[in-house]
Amino acid sequence: MSRIARRFAALKEQGRGALIPYLQACDPDYDTSLALLRAMPGAGADLIEIGVPFSDPSADGPTIQLAARRGLKAGSSMVRVLEMVARFREDDADTPIILMGYLNPIEAYGHARFCADAARAGVDGLIVVDMPPEEADLLDGPAVEAGLDIIRLVAPTTDDVRLPVVCGHASGFIYYVSITGVTGTRTASSDELAAALPRLRAATDLPVAIGFGIRSPEQAAAAVRAADAAVVASALIATLEDSLDEQGRATPDTLPRVLAQLSALAEAVRSARKA
Amino acid sequence: MSAADTSGAERSVAEALPNSLRAGPDPRGRFGIFGGRFVAETLMPLVLELDAAYAAAKADPAFRTELDYYLKDYVGRPSPLWFARRLTEELGGARIYMKREELNHTGSHKLNNVMGQILLARRMGRSRIVAETGAGQHGVATATVCALFGLKCTIYMGATDVERQKPNVFRMRLLGAEVVPVTSGAGTLKDAMNEAMRDWVTNVRDTYFLVGTVAGPHPYPQMVRDFQSVIGEETRVQMQEAEGRLPDVIVAAIGGGSNAMGIFHPFLDDPSVRLIGVEAAGRGLDSGETAASILRGRPGVLHGNRTYLLQNEDGQIDEAHSISAGLDYPGIGPEHSWLADIGRVEYVGATDDQALDAFQLCTRTEGIIPALESAHALAHAAVIAPTLSPETLLVVNISGRGDKDIFTVAAHLGVTL
Repeated sequence: MSRIARRFAALKEQGRGALIPYLQACDPDYDTSLALLRAMPGAGADLIEIGVPFSDPSADGPTIQLAARRGLKAGSSMVRVLEMVARFREDDADTPIILMGYLNPIEAYGHARFCADAARAGVDGLIVVDMPPEEADLLDGPAVEAGLDIIRLVAPTTDDVRLPVVCGHASGFIYYVSITGVTGTRTASSDELAAALPRLRAATDLPVAIGFGIRSPEQAAAAVRAADAAVVASALIATLEDSLDEQGRATPDTLPRVLAQLSALAEAVRSARKA
Repeated sequence: MSAADTSGAERSVAEALPNSLRAGPDPRGRFGIFGGRFVAETLMPLVLELDAAYAAAKADPAFRTELDYYLKDYVGRPSPLWFARRLTEELGGARIYMKREELNHTGSHKLNNVMGQILLARRMGRSRIVAETGAGQHGVATATVCALFGLKCTIYMGATDVERQKPNVFRMRLLGAEVVPVTSGAGTLKDAMNEAMRDWVTNVRDTYFLVGTVAGPHPYPQMVRDFQSVIGEETRVQMQEAEGRLPDVIVAAIGGGSNAMGIFHPFLDDPSVRLIGVEAAGRGLDSGETAASILRGRPGVLHGNRTYLLQNEDGQIDEAHSISAGLDYPGIGPEHSWLADIGRVEYVGATDDQALDAFQLCTRTEGIIPALESAHALAHAAVIAPTLSPETLLVVNISGRGDKDIFTVAAHLGVTL
């Protein structure tokens, strides 16, 4: 059983949903983001998404765009990202790590070499934003061979004809993009989520995570009441950004503030299905 | 003949020509390994819907009739094929003809494609149009048809380009478009493209993304090429009338590559016709400040397609550089990437300085002020024409007029306006 499947099975046993925080690699620098990554499980992260900085993040809103730019300026590269994961794995064997990004840095690294190196570093799954199932042929084979899950995005625009095709190619979990739009903008209403989930449940047995636009503990709680996991990205990055000094460098406030926010989200997720 | 019959006839023609270079892309939108549909899942259903809508329109004779009407009476087609006598004499060699796309309404070839797509957007019931623009020519063309049909129009333009193309920004605003300056990245065409895609993914229900070049997810590269192929089709007929035969050499400038694809495509299956695409070499192909994606790039994935891209070893996209805002893009249409790999089209570079020289040469000898984009094609024509025999028929695609560029050119010549 993969680390992702084990984690979701364990949480199901406990009767609670998962919190999946996101950080952008090397934002604002390698050491700070590694320290943040290492501290996240202790603050309540059940799985972690690491954004791989890309020069042209065309599905991301302003917050993650700026984070990617800071990461690249701080020297992020695919090699550095994998190195960061390997360092994390030195003292955490259980928390699943998912890399989220765009296809071109993977192509530049080489599909097969990337999957092998990512698995060796301790990566469990991949979310490639600009790679729909129709274009996944070059990555699917090497990913399966390396034991990496390819996590598929499903959007509100994904119709009933298309849904089985998308879910049919998926493993790990399904990432439901709860709004039409870029990351970190508006939030889906609980009515919208209530309408979307039965459709998804009918199409897949995989756990469903909800992302895009979840900012507050209340919204995270609502997401895990409707589904199996809540992804929080831009809201955490906005806090990180706000903690930086005028030159964009980390301050003593950076980690405590982001982790405090993460703890509050985790508390809400853990108590969401009680009462 | 019904629409279904027409599409059946087209299919059988394609089947009868298995070796045709004009049959692409395949149903996945691939030209060899290039092209495809690399978009976020939110956009994928829209891209598939567009593909179906375009196929239906293409098979409908009424769509063709409507497009022909607007091309003739609004765009002003056909554009002339002009024998450039003084330029021919000055260079001494090949007989130089100019395909006068700069005479189209709005001053460039861009309106050919925009007119086709706006009619499609109307058929699809879309009420709002978004587009990206570099030099502003595509933005002006898009704003123009939105004014013509009373549609809402938002144009994304890099902040750097907004600064260096002020007259076109003002034109778009006069035409009723909202022009949004994009400050991410270097503030040029690639950043405008990112922002237009973000708008589209946010406003999926009512918005049509009107792509300006032969790039982006399938079906855009094919569709834009089809709409621009009128350039080559006319050239074919006009050269027969003027000289009684096909041209020997066709030269066109390449940014994304729509004017070049439009004039090349009808000649792909004529091996006697040498096709040359001229990329913007910027300050030199090896200066690190260039826009020559094929000559200095590697295959990769950006903006919905796999194609040659200027990128670093980590797959991060480089900033392009060209004196011409319209060529200042680190990628190129996927069909060009394929034509380069199979060797059907030659790709060469022309520098900023060569383009400036050609800009002045054309203006002085022919009384035609070419766009800086087109001046890159002229620059290469000026290099090869003297090496060719006087019987050689050489066509240069004058894709746009240069009025918009006089401020840039003046600055480079040290003149204050």
